[in-house]
Formats: sequence, structure tokens, C-alpha cells
Amino acid sequence: MLHEYIEKIRPHFEEGGKLKAFRSVFDGFETFLLVPNTTSKSGVSIHDAIDSKRIMSFVVIALMPALLFGMYNIGLQHYSYIHAEASHLTMFLYGLCITLPKIVVSYAVGLGIEFTVAQWKHEEIQEGYLVTGMLIPMIVPVNCPLWMLALAVAFSVIFAKEIYGGTGMNIFNPALVARAFLFFAYPSKMSGDKVWISTDQVFGMGKDLDVVSSATPLGQAANTAFENSAEFLGSMDFSSYVIGTMPGSIGETSVIAILIGAFILLWTKIASWRTMVSVFIGGAIVGFLFNVAGPQTTIAQIPWYDHLVLGGFCFGAVFMATDPVTSCRTEKGKYIYGFLIGALAITIRVLNPGYPEGMMLAILFMNVFAPTIDYCFVNNNINKRLKRAK
Amino acid sequence: MERIFKLKKGLDLRLVGEARHEKKVLPLSSEYVVSPTDFYGLTPRLCIKEGDRVLAGAPLFADKDTERVKVVSPVSGTVAAIVRGNRRKITGIKIKADEKNQYADFKQLDLLNATPEKVLEALLETGMFALFRQRPYDVVANPGDKPKGIFVSGFNKMPLAADFSFTVKGEEEAFRTGVKVLAKLAKVYLGIQPEQVNTPILPIEEAEVNIFDGPNPSGNVGVQINHVAPVNRGEVVWTIAPEEVVMIGRLALKGVVDQRKTIAVAGSGIIDPFYYEVLTGAPFADILKDNHKTDGNWRIIKGNPLVGTQSCMEDAVGAHQTELCVIPEGDDVHEVLGWIMPRLNDFSVNHSYHSWLSPKTKAYDLDCRIKGGKRNMIMSGEYDRVFPMDIYAGYLIKAIITGDIDRQEALGIYEVAPEDFAVAEFVDSSKLELQKIVREGLDILRKENA
Repeated sequence: MLHEYIEKIRPHFEEGGKLKAFRSVFDGFETFLLVPNTTSKSGVSIHDAIDSKRIMSFVVIALMPALLFGMYNIGLQHYSYIHAEASHLTMFLYGLCITLPKIVVSYAVGLGIEFTVAQWKHEEIQEGYLVTGMLIPMIVPVNCPLWMLALAVAFSVIFAKEIYGGTGMNIFNPALVARAFLFFAYPSKMSGDKVWISTDQVFGMGKDLDVVSSATPLGQAANTAFENSAEFLGSMDFSSYVIGTMPGSIGETSVIAILIGAFILLWTKIASWRTMVSVFIGGAIVGFLFNVAGPQTTIAQIPWYDHLVLGGFCFGAVFMATDPVTSCRTEKGKYIYGFLIGALAITIRVLNPGYPEGMMLAILFMNVFAPTIDYCFVNNNINKRLKRAK
Repeated sequence: MERIFKLKKGLDLRLVGEARHEKKVLPLSSEYVVSPTDFYGLTPRLCIKEGDRVLAGAPLFADKDTERVKVVSPVSGTVAAIVRGNRRKITGIKIKADEKNQYADFKQLDLLNATPEKVLEALLETGMFALFRQRPYDVVANPGDKPKGIFVSGFNKMPLAADFSFTVKGEEEAFRTGVKVLAKLAKVYLGIQPEQVNTPILPIEEAEVNIFDGPNPSGNVGVQINHVAPVNRGEVVWTIAPEEVVMIGRLALKGVVDQRKTIAVAGSGIIDPFYYEVLTGAPFADILKDNHKTDGNWRIIKGNPLVGTQSCMEDAVGAHQTELCVIPEGDDVHEVLGWIMPRLNDFSVNHSYHSWLSPKTKAYDLDCRIKGGKRNMIMSGEYDRVFPMDIYAGYLIKAIITGDIDRQEALGIYEVAPEDFAVAEFVDSSKLELQKIVREGLDILRKENA
């Protein structure tokens, strides 16, 4: 029945039809609803059932626990800041109402650009943005204005993805480019202690606030003088960091929720365990080195295991570092790539006085070097072949 | 003592309708077709014209440049038609067969006692040489080359592929004799799987025997070359299929060109899948008569579903073909939201489907749908997991797509043939046509290096 309906409206979208300007949208929805019955004409006659739609949707599914917890945490942080009682459901609904517009804006702007480009290039719509569009709202502070989000999305889709040729050709992770764009263009809206608690009242839930002040644990650490570090370190609470009931970007706080996502990604073999594990090892080793021989600052004294569960470390390790397009493509290279991301992220955190989070810059930086790492391994293979020929 | 190579990478996939081990003999058909397109890289010049009488073993056409590599008729009869396609390219030579096959007599060649030069000339004369393919480029071999080895793979693990251990039964002596003849031309390397160690095709003193233990494509001769003696720039190796070695053995033993071979007739579209002994060029219509399903859309594949080509009932058994498969076409299937469904009867190496939990012996009934759109290369390591060669498959494919010839050479394009990428093409989530890409890359390289 669905098939018949699609066949009926198809002529409108083809060349000469009155809706031909929406051909890419039609194609996108058609392949979304019905698996194309195109059969192979050359090469293998049979194909594996996997396709990029399924891969991307599984990444989105893997993001769900972190997103849902993030919504709840928005409510939790807001209500505990205003010292009001509220049920868990109210907190979640409050967070949902705060988050949903961000997701809608992210998808509307990003997919709008993707559809336009697909129409213009006469190509099929690519699914990559399904993941990026979900990631971007999850890695910004809750008070990031919608217009800013829209601007960042447009910038990253156009300048971090489409100009390179679309999903699969980009050098930088588009979601992180969007975050980096916001971070450098509007630093006051992306870090500090004013951005982590929602200031809005929605549908009678919550309370309108003029100014809030609540820093993330990493922010607090950065602002704590070394003399007071013992007190701060004593107040650190590993278990609440793992559960995620602390201020932070929407999706990044709960380690448990992120690990559920990690489990889905590793189970389905969509993400590389090599990269993921290496990030944690790199972060742990460097964190430990700072513990034993670091500078005299509070942040250097944060125990290495706390470093791994704070800020965007887990989220970056699971969902960003493992992006197959921008990470290393050789299996051995993935170990080095992951290790250096973890190591750099902690190094930036500890040594950069202005900014207490390093994951974003570490991953973007390693995106640049991923091809170089691959180059070494591929060249090794090439040299072996050359030597053999002699 | 045989060397054992344990390969981990690859993918064994079973499909519904594997041919059971029973052999029938196809009676002589009325018409046979020999197609020059089976001999990739060879431009044909006809040796006959319509109406000519030919014997089995008489030349039909030769390569245009040297006229040394000849392709001969599988049957005796009359040339009924020269079929031409686009731009008058010869696509087939139809021969109306005699009621009883008469063979041209090659007894005087005495292959077993001849010098290497004489053996080469004899193989060229009898059309057997045209069955050799060479690496690099995967084209018909050039008799002017000095190959560093001749590689024969004694098994094939592609889905629905014919089992050489079964088809060789009764012909073991011919096979061993064939290897003896090959050994006069160059060193022969025979690759077998562990199950073949104690079968009558061994022992063979004239060849270096290597055992390859691993999943498909471990039976690909290209994989075996890569592990035993990889092809370097400037080197040439020849490859030949085991059933073709049997033909050479028959020529040495009996002095006739006897192109009988046993092919697997398989797939879920076959009512009773079994093995058929046929002559090269036998029409599919005779082979499939009353034995294929007619309800729904079915695809006839010349070869197996991974390496074979889409074909039709009017086609005939090709020179290198060892399977004839019929599987569902699938263009009448309209699957709603298939990309997120569990797809219980579908196969995937990806664990987002559950097929990896099923026993390895489970057979699947896959159709020919691509099940996804073509994308840029997104996932990494997909090809490498099923590509048991010391080559970075993804990087080589990218070098071919971008036309970077130096890099293709550096990454090892001389060692590969399109069929080596068949499993990678099957598992590719970006649905790129890898075999086609490699074929085009090899063609361009061959032209550049000519």
C-alpha cells in the first residue's frame, strides 16, 4: 500500500514534475520508508544487509541513554539550584522541554542544508547528519541560545563537511567543529559558571532566573588556588560523577549512560574498541603522571580516575574519537590515535589555565594528525613491498 | 612436507541450495556457444567463417596481435553463426553440434616427453594456453612471458561454489598429469585446503603443495600467491583453474582436447541442486530444463553469487565457469523501514543484526537487492577484516578511484584481481562496486604500461 502511494506521487518529484525542487527530500523519505528494490547489475549479486542508514541509526540509538539522562539532569540542576521540590518526572519533562527545541533546530538547519546540497549535486541524501545533528545539542551548555546553535550547525555542515564532499570525506568531526565555532566565537556562552543551569521557565515548570552561578567540577578545580586544593579534593565525589548528577553539557555528564551507549557501539562493532580503550589508557597514564609529578595546581592534583569521568572525556572517547571518518583508518593507527587523544585531553586540561576542558581540542587536533599516523603504517607496507622487489 | 598457512580474515557464507554431491551427465546439446568475452584481455581474430566444419579442438579464433593464443571448439560441428554486439564486437560463436563428438587428433604432441618449448607450442595450438590467466592485470596470459610460477588453487570457498574435491573424482590421474605438464613451463604451486590432504589428487612431486586453512576467500589463487610468492613489479605469474589442469592432463593422456567439466547447478531457484558434467559452451536452457523455479523473479548467475555475472537463459557455459546459480532477484520486494528491522532471515557481518549468533552452518536465501545506497567510504577496517592479503585494501581502492597510478603500484595493485575484492564488496556498508573499480584500475594500468 505504501509502495503504491509512493509510486503514485513519484512523478511529481521527477524531472518536469511540479515538485522537482524537492526530489532529494522525496528520495530521502522514500529510501527511509521503503528499502529500495534496486538490484546489483555488476559485481557481487548478493549484499550484506548492513547499510549506512542502519549504522547511523544505531549510533543515534546509542546516544539515547546519555540524552535522556541529560534531560533529567537539566531538571535536577535547575530545581536544586532554586531549592524547589519536584518529582523526577517533572525534572525530566522540564529538561525535555529545554532540550527539544535545540534538537529540532539542529536537525532542521542541518538537514535543510544537506537536502539542498543533495538536490544541487543530484546525489542521494547522506545519513551522516543524523548522528551529527544529535551530537551537537548534546555537547553544548544548556543555556546556549537557539540562534547560536543554528549558526554553529550551518557553519559546521557547510565548512566542515560539505566543502570536502560530504560524509566520509571530512577531515574534522563536524559536531566538534560546531562546538569549537561556538567556543571561539562566543566564549562567554560556552564556559564559565553562568551557562550550566537553565534560566527559563517552561509551561509553568521551573523558574525564570536572571543570573545563575554554578561551575562544573573542572571549572571549580581550575579556579581553586593550590593552597585550598586539599579541601576541594576532599569534596570530590566519584560516584556522583559516574552517575552524572553534576553541571555540564547536556549529554556529557553521566558516565553510566555513556557506557550503555559504548556497549551498544562495541557490541554492534560500529565503533572501534581499539580507539575507545586507547583514549582511556592515554588519559589515565597522563593523569597519573600529573598526580605524581605535575605542577602545583589543583587541577593537576585531581586523581587520574576522576579525570576520566569528569567533563567531556567519556562522551568524547565513546562518541567522538571513534568517528570512523575522522579517526585513523589503519587498525594499528587507532591505538596511537586514541592514546594521544586521551593524553592530550588531560594535558590541555591541566596546563591550559584559561580553559578547564581539553577533550574537544584534543580530538580536533588528532583529527589533523590521523592521516599522518596512517601514513606511517601504510608506508611501512609500501616499503616492505619495495624491499621485496629488489 | 607441505607448508600450512592459517588465515583468519575472511567470511564463510552459506546460501540455500548448495549442490548435493551427485553427478549427472548432460547429453550432447544441439548448439554450443563459445564467447571471446570469457577470455578477458584477448582481442579475437576469427579463424573460421559461418558454415565451416570444425572438430572438437579446432581453432575458432586467435588473439589479434600475435595470433599465437588460440581458442578452440569444444565440439565438432558446423559454425552456425557469429554473434556480434555493440560496435560489431564478437560476443559469441555458435556451433551446431554433430550427433557424435569427433575430436581433432593431437596424439603426436606427446606432451609428457616434449621439451618446454614444444609443450608451450602444443598448449597454444590446442587452445589450452588461452585458459591461463596472468597476474598482474588478471588477463589472458602472454606466451612471450617467463612466469616465475604457475599457481593452481585446488578449492573454492565462495558461496555455492563447485567443490573440486568432488568434481575431480575419477579424474585424479588426469589432474596429476596436467600438473606434470605445467611443471615443464615453470614452477607449479598447488594450494589445497586441509580436507584435501589425504585425497587421491596427491601426492604430486612436480608441484610445491601449500595448505591454506581459513575462511573464504582463502581458495582464491590471488590470496595464495600473496602468501607464497607475492608478485613484484616486473614479475609475472600465471594462474589456471584446477578443472582446466584436468583438461591439459586429458590432452597429455589421450591426445584430444576434451573440454568436459563438472559444474555445480545451485541456488534457491533450483528445484534439485546437483552437479552436471557439461562441455564448455553448453546452453543454460538445456542445463536448467525443468529444474528451476518459475514463480517470481529469479536471477541466473554465470558463476557464483559473489564473483559471477548476471546472465540469462540464452547464455551458455563460459570457459572459466564452474557454477550456474539461480537466486531470487528481489526487485519485487518492498521492505518497509528495513534499515531498522531485525531482518531475521537476512545475513550481515555487522552485529546490529543477529545473524552472527546463528550457527555457522545456517544457510541463507539472499536476493540481489543492494539494500542500501552508494556512499563515500565511511567505515574503516571493513574490507581489511575479510581481505586476507598483506595489502591495505581500502587505501588501494582509494588510489584507484583517484587514478593515482604510482600509489596503486606502491600499494600492490599488481597482486590483486577483481575476484579478491568480492567478499569485501559483499560486506561493504557503503555499497561501492569494488570489483568493477579494481577491474577498471587494472585496465588503465595495463594500457599505461603497454
